[in-house]
Amino acid sequence: MATLELKNLHAEVAEEGGETILRGVDLEVSSGEIHALMGPNGSGKSTTAKIIAGHPAYEVTEGEVLIHLGADEFGEDFDIPEEKRTWDLLDLEPNERAALGVFLAFQYPAEIEGVTMVNFLRTALNAKLEEREELFEDEDEEAEAEAEATNEDAAGYESSPMEGPADEGEVGVAEFQELLAEKMEQLDMDERFAQRYLNAGFSGGEKKQNEVLQAAILEPSVAVLDEIDSGLDIDRLQDVSRGINALRDETGTGILQITHYQRILDYVEPDHVHIMLDGQVVKSGGPELAEQLEDEGYDWIREEAFEAA
Amino acid sequence: MSSDQDQLKETDTEARFEFKKEEKSAFEAEKGLTEETIRVISEDKDEPEWMLERRLRALRQFQEMPMPTDWPGQPDLSEVEIDEIVPYIRPDIDTRGGVDDWEDLPDEIQDTFDKLGIPEAEKNALSGVGAQYESEIVYQNMQERWEEKGVIFCDMDRAVQEHEEKVKEYFMTKAVPPSDNKFAALHGAIWSGGSFVYIPEDTTVNMPVQAYFRMNSEGMGQFEHTLIIAEENSEVHYIEGCSAPKYSEFNLHSGGVEVFVGEGAHVQYSTVQNWSKNTYNLNTKRAIAEKGGRMEWISGSMGSKATMLYPSTILKGRGASDNHITIAFAGEGQDIDTGAKVYHNAPDTKSTIESKSISKDGGRTNYRGLVHIADGAEGSSTAVECDALMFDNESTSDTMPYMEIEESKVDVAHEATVGKIGDEDVFYLQSRGLDDDDAKQMIVAGFIEPITEELPIEYAVELNRLIELEMEGSLG
Repeated sequence: MATLELKNLHAEVAEEGGETILRGVDLEVSSGEIHALMGPNGSGKSTTAKIIAGHPAYEVTEGEVLIHLGADEFGEDFDIPEEKRTWDLLDLEPNERAALGVFLAFQYPAEIEGVTMVNFLRTALNAKLEEREELFEDEDEEAEAEAEATNEDAAGYESSPMEGPADEGEVGVAEFQELLAEKMEQLDMDERFAQRYLNAGFSGGEKKQNEVLQAAILEPSVAVLDEIDSGLDIDRLQDVSRGINALRDETGTGILQITHYQRILDYVEPDHVHIMLDGQVVKSGGPELAEQLEDEGYDWIREEAFEAA
Repeated sequence: MSSDQDQLKETDTEARFEFKKEEKSAFEAEKGLTEETIRVISEDKDEPEWMLERRLRALRQFQEMPMPTDWPGQPDLSEVEIDEIVPYIRPDIDTRGGVDDWEDLPDEIQDTFDKLGIPEAEKNALSGVGAQYESEIVYQNMQERWEEKGVIFCDMDRAVQEHEEKVKEYFMTKAVPPSDNKFAALHGAIWSGGSFVYIPEDTTVNMPVQAYFRMNSEGMGQFEHTLIIAEENSEVHYIEGCSAPKYSEFNLHSGGVEVFVGEGAHVQYSTVQNWSKNTYNLNTKRAIAEKGGRMEWISGSMGSKATMLYPSTILKGRGASDNHITIAFAGEGQDIDTGAKVYHNAPDTKSTIESKSISKDGGRTNYRGLVHIADGAEGSSTAVECDALMFDNESTSDTMPYMEIEESKVDVAHEATVGKIGDEDVFYLQSRGLDDDDAKQMIVAGFIEPITEELPIEYAVELNRLIELEMEGSLG
């Protein structure tokens, strides 16, 4: 069980005189829950998503982004001690946040030429697991590991430069390929994807499918999906939705889904719907709230918010 | 944040190249360059009179030629004081031309090559190995089966003695005459060591032969000469590696490479230089390809303070072809000026040039290339592609692809891209669990992937490791 908690989050663009975008966002997403975050363009939805993941373009001026982890969040063999169950993500690098179970599906995923999907995903998975070990390693173990490293160092010359690449990392090549094939099949993805370069030349839909695939491999505690439904045709929308539901049902991932449209919510039914306006969550409710938006737009919310102020 | 494991990797790979040894030599020439120095070196090598004469003629040419300073954007060579260089150091070994058992080498030399992984590589993947320490080859060995077929792989000094006629015919007479440039002239005057490779007709040497050049002493110059003759329909892959430990004084490396590709023959010449950051690396490398011959140059330039290297191929016979692959990496204080030259002097000749360069922390890379298609070389084609990747705004990269096309019935293609590592790309990879350094490394590995996928696997691995090391080194 894990919970991502945004408390009174204020943020601006990280440059001199940067525009204020978030003005006190409060949100809580726990394992197994599906939340939809809706709101008009420019209300701060994507910024919220990027700040959770640690994007350097924004500066948090007030508030907290916390993750609370249950003792067995990373499996029964990985006991999380009491004092390491809550982390302030704002103190951590993006990769450390990933290691703590945070995932962001990008609205516009980067294209990385020359890096195959299979190589990238295995590297990422192993990096995440390794970073996690480090974050939870206590000081005694750290000292031990250092001593060990020094010992190995002395023997280091024995390795030859002509040897092939070492099969580094916790998850080996063969094991990983099996895992990848299984997850790709679930998403109805062509197995040739594994050998393609990361997002390079992918169609809009393929990129979105790939984001869900990455989440399926990395098994996050909480996944923020930034307009995962934009640019998808109906078939792919269904594939992607199936992937998101599987993530929730099989991995127990908590989902924060940013969207403009009711359409995806027909397939990925939210437990909670939040509406964002001018950098704040102004209204929260059940799935009926999304339907109401679809019918009536945001004007009534604006009026309500104005009156409340 | 780098893990202990990463630091471990960094330390031992780094240690492989940067350790130094106590200087211990049998004969060391005076600093600087005079006729007297040349005579002493030639005499120490017991050379025939004609070689001494060639050296002295080259010396005169060197003295007459001005230092090249008029190339647009060329590296600054003002610190290259030839008179401060020790041009010749003979290591303390008994056997001229190198021993054929690593065990017979003095411990500190054996240890050096052990750390570089050369004996290990020889066992696993090579037909023959030559290893040069300072000015002389100290180890030379080739599998017997090649010797039986008439293949020659020996050090250049021995070749002067034992294969005199061939050397006399080809040595700096056709491909790289001393008059070519000031550093070729310098090389002609004080060359020492290097490899001589001779492949008889219809012979395919199916595993590479490798030479490794190591400079250990401070303030020395290394001037090895490599001469490769591949007769009709033969095939060979020659690999060269170079390194030197770091010293405060500057070192000079000015090698000469001449390759003769016979009719229908195929020569691949691969090199990764990882000279220390105080080395000026100024080489002249040239191949001549006869009818239907194929020349391939693969160059990785990682180290050195300044490198000027433009391997050239003269496509002399109809249907001859050339392929250049170059990768350059320039970090802080480095100026890597590399490229390729191809002369299409016959019809139906073909060349492809692929160049990838990476600069970071204020380093500079430059692609400087020339493709010349002579009048009458109809049906020829050339394709040039150069891509540059910069880490930051302090680093620079230039592209100077000259084309001289005198023939109209030809196919010419050229593409160039220059880009900076994107912050969004780095963030994307970080958000998946890679730390900042690993994310950048992955982007760089992807950038050079189209080139590394064409390399032999062990070579690609080494290159990637060196690049990782370069990146980590300047990050730490």
